[in-house]
Amino acid sequence: MAAPDTVGTRDSLFEVEEMELAFGPQHPSTHGVLRLDLKVDGERIVGCYPIIGYLHRGTEKLFELHPFFQNVPHTDRMDYVAAATNNLAYVGAVEKLTGLTVPPRAAYIRTILCELQRISSHLLWLATHAIDIGAMTPFFYTFREREEVLDLFEEYCGARLTLNCMRPGGLPFDLPVGWTDRCGAFVDKFPAKVDEYEGLLTHNRIWKKRTVGIGVMSKEQALQYGVTGPMLRASGVGFDLRKATPYEAYGEVDFDVPVFHGGDTYDRYLVRMEEMRQSTRIVRQCLDKLPDGPVMAKKPRVLKAAKDTEAYYAIEGPKGEIGFYIVGNGTPNPQRCRVRPPSFYNLQIVPELTQDRLLSDLVAIVGTTDIVLGEVDR
Amino acid sequence: MDNVEANVLTTTYDKIFNWARRSAIWPMQFGLACCAIEMMAVLDPRHDMSRFGAEVFRASPRQSDLMIVAGTVTEKMAPIVRRLWDQMPDPKWAIAMGACATCGGPYRTYAVTQGVDRVIPVDVYVPGCPPRPEALLWGLLHLQRKIDRMTVTRKKAS
Repeated sequence: MAAPDTVGTRDSLFEVEEMELAFGPQHPSTHGVLRLDLKVDGERIVGCYPIIGYLHRGTEKLFELHPFFQNVPHTDRMDYVAAATNNLAYVGAVEKLTGLTVPPRAAYIRTILCELQRISSHLLWLATHAIDIGAMTPFFYTFREREEVLDLFEEYCGARLTLNCMRPGGLPFDLPVGWTDRCGAFVDKFPAKVDEYEGLLTHNRIWKKRTVGIGVMSKEQALQYGVTGPMLRASGVGFDLRKATPYEAYGEVDFDVPVFHGGDTYDRYLVRMEEMRQSTRIVRQCLDKLPDGPVMAKKPRVLKAAKDTEAYYAIEGPKGEIGFYIVGNGTPNPQRCRVRPPSFYNLQIVPELTQDRLLSDLVAIVGTTDIVLGEVDR
Repeated sequence: MDNVEANVLTTTYDKIFNWARRSAIWPMQFGLACCAIEMMAVLDPRHDMSRFGAEVFRASPRQSDLMIVAGTVTEKMAPIVRRLWDQMPDPKWAIAMGACATCGGPYRTYAVTQGVDRVIPVDVYVPGCPPRPEALLWGLLHLQRKIDRMTVTRKKAS
């Protein structure tokens, strides 16, 4: 190839020039307002730089302005597809900080709510991930069941999405009459519905073409980047906080943690499908064992944390380890509240997974990380 | 020309234009935060927004008639919302969905624009945090009634 005559001109039609492409913040597959600055060489991605902050709402600062119990609604709006687990991580941190003990009935109901939330979060993930890849039908199937989960939430706390269903020390109210029957009916029929989704996708040739071997993450990579949740368990690490540090009622129920070893988009899909089945098992056992008693612990009228105390409490959310680190300063407000959101850590690995992949694979990889920008940006 | 009465309908420009505009509102597929999840829920089998001719979510602003601002507009996002609005062809409408898009909602902070009406003109405000899918459908029906009052031949109704 001849050297260019002048600097800046292209000497050949076949010479490849890298192009910069802004993917988002308005793009149907970025799941919110993520922006990825891409460097592409034709269809091949040579560089990917996530730019976040388009949904930065100053939540951590707002935590400092409100008393402990008033902060629960703000946790709903961080990971807005999994409000119950965010609530639990926050109130768990406050309970650890102030030394409150939750009554057993509240612990069981919390477990039920969290597992229902896991089901609804995974259903939403499956719907959006499938739409991104080009399969429209699963959306209609999954949202049919998701509405039923949201009905259960609505009946319990009045909200569909932003639940605000937990308080430091327990729960705001007991279960409504007949709720356990309706919840039981749902979890009994749900595994058959998961089979239905799997019937659409698991052996679907197009689905496998778009997911098998795409975005392969090794065990070492996953551990280096601090990836948690189904992403980690699809790479062969069987780490689940529900088993590692059993909280609430998880120590008293029997369930399996699905682990796959391929580390690709397809295995992450399989992990989440199996997790939904396990969630129904957990809910069923909790409903059967549900103890009687109060749902709120005895607590002071104004909840205060002692000066210079700190607590970190993490639980297994649908996306991974969701943790809250709270520092008390002797007032009813926290001195500082820092959130460890799973999406933020899982997003870090996207540039590495997309390196040298095709542009169309980027959509599958962003979808499989299951990020929620409300949580990434806070 | 025997059956003129049976085969020809007479109407006004305004009626036919408004009928066409109202019956096929294409929203932009543009979610910002929590409300976007409920915006997706209006498409699901239970709520089924296609009953009102508005199910065709377009990924490009250039093909859209309606911007549903679903979620918190931050100071960083506001210029982009404005740019997308400017890219939409006339006639166009905007629904501010939820408390954040209406007035900043629970986020009275340094980072959040206190209402999307500071950057784009809003036709319908839908309250809620987030609004239920039914509420968004209410907003859409409200917008349809508003479109019915539009005019191309007469002086604009205030």
